[in-house]
Amino acid sequence: MAEFNAPANEAEFDKNFAQLKPHMTKTQAYLESSRCLFCYDAPCIKACPTAIDIPLFIRQIHSGNVNGAAKTIYESNYLGNTCGKVCPTEVLCEGACVFVEANEKPLEIGRLQTYATQQVLANDKDLFTLPETGKNKVAIIGAGPAGLACACELRLHGVAVDIYEAKTKASGLISHGVAPYKIQNEEAWGETDYLERKFGFRIFYGHPVTEVTQTKYLEDNYDAVFIGTGLGKTSQMGIPGEHLQNVFGAVELIEKLRDQKNKLHFPGNVIVLGGGNTAMDAASEAARMGAKEVTLVYRRSKNEMGAYEFEYDLAKSVGVKAIFNAAPVEILGDEKAKGIKFIRTKEVQGKVEPIAGTEFVLDCDWVVKATGQEKHRNLFSLIQGLHTDAAGKLLVDAASYRCMATKYFAGGDAVSGGQEVVNAAAEGKQAAFGILTFLNKE
Amino acid sequence: MTQLNTNFAGIKSPNPFWLASAPPTNSGYQIMKAFDAGWGGAVWKTLGVPVVNVSSRYGALNYRDTRMMGFNNIELITDRPLKDNLREIEEVKKRFPEHAVIASLMVETRDQWHQIMQDVTNAGADGVELNFGCPHGMCERGMGSAVGQEPRVLKTIVEWVMEVATIPVIVKLTPNITDITKPALAAKEGGANAISLINTIQSIVGVDIDRFVPYPVVDGKSTNGGYCGPAVKPIAMNMVKNCAQHPGVQLPISGIGGVENWRDAVEFILLGASTVQVCTAVMHYGFGIIRELTEGLSRYMDEKGFSSIEQMSGKALPNVKHWEDLNLQYKVVAHINEEKCIGCQLCFTACEDGAHQAIRLNSNPAIRIPAVFEENCVGCNLCSLVCPVENCITMERRDDGSENINWKERTLAGTVPVSFNDELAGGLHHTVPMPMEALQKDLPRHYKVK
Repeated sequence: MAEFNAPANEAEFDKNFAQLKPHMTKTQAYLESSRCLFCYDAPCIKACPTAIDIPLFIRQIHSGNVNGAAKTIYESNYLGNTCGKVCPTEVLCEGACVFVEANEKPLEIGRLQTYATQQVLANDKDLFTLPETGKNKVAIIGAGPAGLACACELRLHGVAVDIYEAKTKASGLISHGVAPYKIQNEEAWGETDYLERKFGFRIFYGHPVTEVTQTKYLEDNYDAVFIGTGLGKTSQMGIPGEHLQNVFGAVELIEKLRDQKNKLHFPGNVIVLGGGNTAMDAASEAARMGAKEVTLVYRRSKNEMGAYEFEYDLAKSVGVKAIFNAAPVEILGDEKAKGIKFIRTKEVQGKVEPIAGTEFVLDCDWVVKATGQEKHRNLFSLIQGLHTDAAGKLLVDAASYRCMATKYFAGGDAVSGGQEVVNAAAEGKQAAFGILTFLNKE
Repeated sequence: MTQLNTNFAGIKSPNPFWLASAPPTNSGYQIMKAFDAGWGGAVWKTLGVPVVNVSSRYGALNYRDTRMMGFNNIELITDRPLKDNLREIEEVKKRFPEHAVIASLMVETRDQWHQIMQDVTNAGADGVELNFGCPHGMCERGMGSAVGQEPRVLKTIVEWVMEVATIPVIVKLTPNITDITKPALAAKEGGANAISLINTIQSIVGVDIDRFVPYPVVDGKSTNGGYCGPAVKPIAMNMVKNCAQHPGVQLPISGIGGVENWRDAVEFILLGASTVQVCTAVMHYGFGIIRELTEGLSRYMDEKGFSSIEQMSGKALPNVKHWEDLNLQYKVVAHINEEKCIGCQLCFTACEDGAHQAIRLNSNPAIRIPAVFEENCVGCNLCSLVCPVENCITMERRDDGSENINWKERTLAGTVPVSFNDELAGGLHHTVPMPMEALQKDLPRHYKVK
């Protein structure tokens, strides 16, 4: 029996997708911030990929200096509001809070962070003073977290920045890879629009970079180029039946869901393939959309899931069932998917091996593949001198994020192969420093 | 259970918890409600020529998640006609004959004092408390703390009152004075039967930093008020101790200042009080807190084997000495329980920046448990005070207890430092880093100026 009814309207959708980290009231923020110990060399800072001075911003919130708190946050992380809502804080800052060691509730750092940044966004406050724009120009491909962070940092150093974005809105994976109960598009875009307005970079929407004439143009007209394209569409698993109707890639489905909300109708029986955080999100979302039965199938064991434990717990809490050690062999059906044939697996020296004669079939109406996303191999192949690893991830210098001896730099999922928003925000900012060093040497 | 019955300078009450003269004792209605809830006594809101009050009267000092750590008021004495208050005193006493009703008084002339003493005595009050403490508004008219700050005037007025008194007279003292024992002695010399302290402390509780005006705001302006609540308890206890230890005072003491729970009351009593008065906590939480106060006090007395308040009153006084009497050979050092440590490193930064550089971090930053460098530890307690974990940092004794030499004795023996660069300087054996080392420290990156 499903725990959620299919949402009939947007209000019901919002209820089913109630925010995991709802905004705090002033009183909540005051009380919560009062708990911070102001640790020396605080472990929460070390656990944050962007190294936000967390005890400082919490102290600023507590003393009523909310704009100062937001400045502290944005100085380290240009996606401060979004990260407060979507970061896996349980394994980052909040997981490192010394209260965890004391078996006490850690500070709600994510919610406090969003509290401070939200005030600044709502009041359209100016936090940074930009210097005059100098002669240097940098192009950025992709207005996701990495590209935006890179752009903001460069603008703070007087570099002119143009971002080329394939879609019609900024924010990248935030608006297609993140579950709506973590953040909704309006809030994510509230921050990206703010950054675009305040940092004075240009975004050319609907401008995918797909041809060599385009990359040539960028190389000729800009002093450096940052690649922040993230990952592409869901990759093929290479099994029969993947072409059938009602077989979806998780990120494509999530993007559609975030856009269409209650207007997207989920059927009764959904199978989600995969064991990563995206798989957990997709499964949770299907359950919250009123699917009667949601089954997560992963080809390895529970312990090997890439997903964080709390993400799996969250999926379970909304009624998702899981099957481990089963690999899809074929998606069954004529035009539409009707079921999946699986085979039991075992692991031999770290490799998944099918166990002969253990095939079984699960019926379903929809198949959601959360089995990985493609790399932008096409784009990378257009550019002379770019190198990727075997998995298609861009190779960059670890300190400068420069792509070998080119004028290209890269960061975010295109380099990491898929991490959190906060990692992309950190790398985009770091890459900006790499670019600045490069520009100053020219 | 232990009997909490109290006889304070002849004023009897079922327990030592009295409501202080303040807004909670403004009317017979409130006092009846309080007695019904279990309070032992009440000091009526100060009677005199009724006043006119301003609107917006209170301000609070909030600390972290705690509201009203400190409380400040600019309200004056009663604004109700004397006859109404007298009628209600009579009514309360009729309904609650066993409870203590004390009339707080503040008037100017000898005749007025005589008249009002007669009035409240006729109304049935069990005693009076002379308000020589109010530090705002009334003192500008030559009453309240203006009297309490002038021992000679205080003594004279007490003498006027004693000329006609047939019920016990308590003198309430102001803390807005350098030496609290001076007015206490004057009260004694004037013939008073008891003292109560402290009244509120002159204060500015906060400033509205947008409107540039202190709280509480009265039409864009403010004035200094009287400070009370939990924040003033340490000051009040010291003054109670001073009066209790003074050989010339020797009067029953009603302790006032930040009493909120039974533990606070026990502390005041151990320092020489025999009743306590409560105001701010009632203004915050209502009369219901009495349930916790009486039960807690009585349980404590049971556990300690005290059968009466008198038995425990002043129990801590023999252990309150002058600094020069303290044993200089006693030596404690901090000990960090590594099992309990949660790695906040507050002890490190407190000792490093605020004390004696006696706590060090592990050279491996992954190990967050600090270590005590005993040679430098002066046993100041700071680390154990900032540590958020109960009993994680304990102070452990290092001397063997065989020696006891205090400053007085060392002075007599000629072993105290007397010149500026004396070899006997107490801190000579500590390792004090060179000033420039401060700048070489590898500080965490967020501590650096951006």
